[in-house]
Amino acid sequence: MSKYSSVFDIVGPSMIGPSSSHTAGAAKIGLMARNIFNAQPQNVQIILYGSFAKTYKGHGTDLALIGGLLGYSADDRRIVNSAQDALRLGININLTTSDEETDHPNTAKIIMNRDNRTFEIVGISPGGGRAEIVEINGFKVKAAADNNFLLVFHHDRYGVIAAVANLLASHGINIGHMEVARKSKGAEALMVIQTDQQVPDDITIELKELAHVTGIVAFNKNSGR
Amino acid sequence: MQFTTIEQLVASAETKKVKISDIMIEQEMETSGQDKDTLYENMFKHLKVMEQAVERGLKEDLKSRSGLVGGDARLLSQYNQSNRSLAGNLIIQAMSMAMATAEVNACMGAVVATPTAGSCGVVPGCIFAAGSHLKASRKDLVDALFAAGAVGLVIANNASIAGAAGGCQAEIGSASAMAAAAVVQLAGGTPRQCANAVAIVLKSVLGLVCDPVAGLVEIPCIKRNATGASLAIVSADMALAGIESAIPCDEVIDAMYRVGRSIPVTLRETSMGGLATTETAKKIEKKVL
Repeated sequence: MSKYSSVFDIVGPSMIGPSSSHTAGAAKIGLMARNIFNAQPQNVQIILYGSFAKTYKGHGTDLALIGGLLGYSADDRRIVNSAQDALRLGININLTTSDEETDHPNTAKIIMNRDNRTFEIVGISPGGGRAEIVEINGFKVKAAADNNFLLVFHHDRYGVIAAVANLLASHGINIGHMEVARKSKGAEALMVIQTDQQVPDDITIELKELAHVTGIVAFNKNSGR
Repeated sequence: MQFTTIEQLVASAETKKVKISDIMIEQEMETSGQDKDTLYENMFKHLKVMEQAVERGLKEDLKSRSGLVGGDARLLSQYNQSNRSLAGNLIIQAMSMAMATAEVNACMGAVVATPTAGSCGVVPGCIFAAGSHLKASRKDLVDALFAAGAVGLVIANNASIAGAAGGCQAEIGSASAMAAAAVVQLAGGTPRQCANAVAIVLKSVLGLVCDPVAGLVEIPCIKRNATGASLAIVSADMALAGIESAIPCDEVIDAMYRVGRSIPVTLRETSMGGLATTETAKKIEKKVL
């Protein structure tokens, strides 16, 4: 299979410079984090690792991440002023670097908080402006930007996975890839479901009502772009 | 897929008596399921972003966040207006527009990665300069972008467009090859001449390493956008004059792939060799990081 199939992979993406991996990918990580948090975070702690930690100033990786957290897409010209915008909105941002080893050189950890609700997310930028979330609240996951996917937070009980899959099937939504992670037997668990079709709001509401489901986040690949 | 090689792209265009951009558009309609109008609309949006970047880079007094670069596009453009340039108006204009775009990129402005952010100036610089010289229409310019994309797609799938994988030959080299094909098409050249221009460009950049100072997309990237643009224009001229590449274009692309794999990792965007480890680069690195 070819690595690239579209002319717009070559002439594109339209983005804010200077680097597809250190700027555009970082903006997408920030935007994904915001979408997973499902709100505008009030306090944000950002920790940069590897090449992000070393070169973030020159690449504007910090501004791109903050821009994403404010809801800006990777081609949004406001990214360059995102730090001031965050300040004006009263959002506290604390950015540090770490020399801890990570699996991927372009890694950022984002801890978001609002009204006693805290989410911790780890994202990577593998290159070419792509972005992936690899950890959510301690769950190891793999969720790439530019896909439709669904996060289902639930209690680890038998039948929950089947109920979610059945509900999706009844609406004609096909699952392309799925993984389940749990803290321990019977404890909190998370499904990451990649779908071929977008999951509309009315279905996420139905999913939320299923027994033992505690939270739903739906990502649609064309949103926030 | 209608084409995976340059030869297939050229043969298809020759058989159907169309331009290589038309073959690209046909293939994109097939793979994406989108109609022609939508594809043109999307490419027009990219053209607009490119145009705004050129304008901004030539007008505004830009300085990158590191403070290392900015303002060279304007210097070149002012020099060109003095009519003292040795290379001639069209080439200097293409170079200044390429630099303007690359400087806007370094200053966190809006650009279109073509094929990458680090090499985003070459194609716009060439098509706007050649387009204005040839009095091309907006649609001609968009078609030129589709032609550039067709070439880039083949290079990306058969060699590389990432500096980390193939060195700078894969970034500025690919961008210049794409631009050369676009310019040949704009000038009314044949699909075969487009392929020859691509081969001539790539033969001239084989082995070019990716050695950015302090890991930033600034030194030497911005100046290489300018020289890449000049290489694209002169290679297009050679092809339009009827000069053929002795080594077929696809074999040159294969050579580029093999050379890329032989380039040591220190010279593939890691800033561990080349210009990045010169005495001055080390001083700069201390200052900006």
